[in-house]
Amino acid sequence: MLDIRLPIGLMFSVVGLIITIYGLATIGDVELYERSLNVNVNLISGLGTLAFGLIMLLLSEPVRKKLRKKE
Amino acid sequence: MDTTFALRGIDYLIMAVYFLFVLGVGWALKKYMKNATAFLEAGRAMPAWVAGLAFISTNLGALEVMGMTGSGLKYGMLTTHFYWIGAIPAMIFLALFMMRFYYGSKARSVPEYLKLRFNEKTRALNAFLFALMTVLASGISMYALAILLENVLGWNFNVSLLASAAIVLAYTYLGGLSSAIYNEVLQFFIIIIGLLPMTILVMSDVGGWGGMQESLAPIVEGKGFAADTWTTTWKYTSSSGTNPLGVEWFGILAGLGFVLSFGYWCTNFLIVQRAMAAESMTAARKVPLIGAIPKMFIPFLIIVPGIAALVLLNDPSKNFVLPLNAAGEPIYDYTIIMLLKQYLPAGVLGLGVTALLASFMSGMAGNVSAFNTVWTYDIYQSYIRPATDDQEADEKHYLKVGRITTIVGVLVSIAAAYIASKFGNIMDFLQTVFSMINAPLFAVIFLGMFWKRSTGNAAFIGLLMGFLVALAHHGLTQPEGATTLVKGGWIGVIHTYPVEMAQNFWTAIFAFSAAALLTVVISLLSRRDKTDSDLNGLVYSMTPKLDDSGVLWYQRPWFLALIVGIIMVVLSILFW
Repeated sequence: MLDIRLPIGLMFSVVGLIITIYGLATIGDVELYERSLNVNVNLISGLGTLAFGLIMLLLSEPVRKKLRKKE
Repeated sequence: MDTTFALRGIDYLIMAVYFLFVLGVGWALKKYMKNATAFLEAGRAMPAWVAGLAFISTNLGALEVMGMTGSGLKYGMLTTHFYWIGAIPAMIFLALFMMRFYYGSKARSVPEYLKLRFNEKTRALNAFLFALMTVLASGISMYALAILLENVLGWNFNVSLLASAAIVLAYTYLGGLSSAIYNEVLQFFIIIIGLLPMTILVMSDVGGWGGMQESLAPIVEGKGFAADTWTTTWKYTSSSGTNPLGVEWFGILAGLGFVLSFGYWCTNFLIVQRAMAAESMTAARKVPLIGAIPKMFIPFLIIVPGIAALVLLNDPSKNFVLPLNAAGEPIYDYTIIMLLKQYLPAGVLGLGVTALLASFMSGMAGNVSAFNTVWTYDIYQSYIRPATDDQEADEKHYLKVGRITTIVGVLVSIAAAYIASKFGNIMDFLQTVFSMINAPLFAVIFLGMFWKRSTGNAAFIGLLMGFLVALAHHGLTQPEGATTLVKGGWIGVIHTYPVEMAQNFWTAIFAFSAAALLTVVISLLSRRDKTDSDLNGLVYSMTPKLDDSGVLWYQRPWFLALIVGIIMVVLSILFW
């Protein structure tokens, strides 16, 4: 059966990447981040989400299998 | 009061990516759906952690999340009773003592366990009520989602309703229970990741836990309570008048901690089904315990921000307001929506909104998949087309029926959603009524599992009468200030409770007691209808003890239960 860590990993990597890029593109946008107490939450949250996605991907069976083959 | 979010392209992009994956998971699982067992029972192949997260996620629907943040504002940390004493003991009990009978017997559903342990009519009563309850719950959830999308995103009600129904239908039709479970796990993570930025921002805005306590003191004293009432759990429960819940410790312990929570967690097939999909007996017993760990920490994500919202509401410089209903009262359920709007900029806002959408949909899918299983096995297979000798052909046939049931279930839910939009009170009333089946059901299943003497007729009468006693209690009492008969008193009012919650607790306590008493008395008066060997695998004393010696000590259910219990005690003491 499909290892659920694969779709979880893929989805959060993609979403995390999108939010990180948006966070990078909006660095210095005072108006946008006024509500979030002047913190670029997109950048932080995006990187966090991306990291979570990548960890899930690394733990997923198909990726682990490939890594094992390479060794 | 403007409740709409100004979503940007980036927010829609995140939403689109999420739903693409949701549908993709359904599509990827399609090829495994070769028979009814795969479709309706997830092939009993789920790893413990996947089923465990789905177990907790099923309960973490959007209505729950919105309601709990609102309750945080209204009742403070006392709301955590729903997550600690009102959930954890029941989950531990389910894992250690009950799961082995659900999983180990040939039952494929809770109603089927009733059939094996007692008789056909007890199963039928439970199966029909459960089937009605699930499509109703799914319809109400769909209606609430469409209303939310209309108010928050400005989308058309009909389009929102049909689009969300179509997505749910697509992925449950393709992947059955597996698809529902996988999406619940996805939803679990997106709820955490989507709401965490809001929680952190709101908490730092009110100056952390300490700053919040300080600001709360005058507000709470203004309401006539002790200064730390909103940040403690048991401290002010010696009498019902000193805390905002309006219930004293005994009511919390007996009503919420015992009857309501055991009734919900130990007998609700929607929940138990996740554990029954686990890959092995040990995994199935671990499922509720794995779910219990995140469950205990969810209050910090959704209840604590609600408490902070009370500070914001009382600080004019924060510009935080709640929308008002027609009667001019704040709509507490909108607390989380307004917090998201207050703190999240485009980008993470899309993630937060997606988290709410996701939990609505997985709530619907959970109900639809439980409805499928009960309809196909407990109603269709029992009364319309029984199994034949050809097992392989049967599996194919019931797979087809399960698929058709998915479509029918979603269509009935849509109808229920429209009824809810026209006659909201009727739906509220029906939901209250159906929630009354849990307490007597727990009494009957508990006696069935742990007392070999209990008989089929006694169980049937206990279940039915317990339900009727609950109805009668609801009809004869009402909470103070009730304006509609939906809240009770539709027969005549002989008692008024200070708050609705107290009424709910006592309804459940009466229903449970009546069901238990009748089942015991009638069982003792009648002859046993099952022999000891009939009850092997169904009753505690008639079933050989499970041997966990092959399982590593730290993976044994008992050890996990101990850890879960310790965490709960520590949390309760920390926030006493």
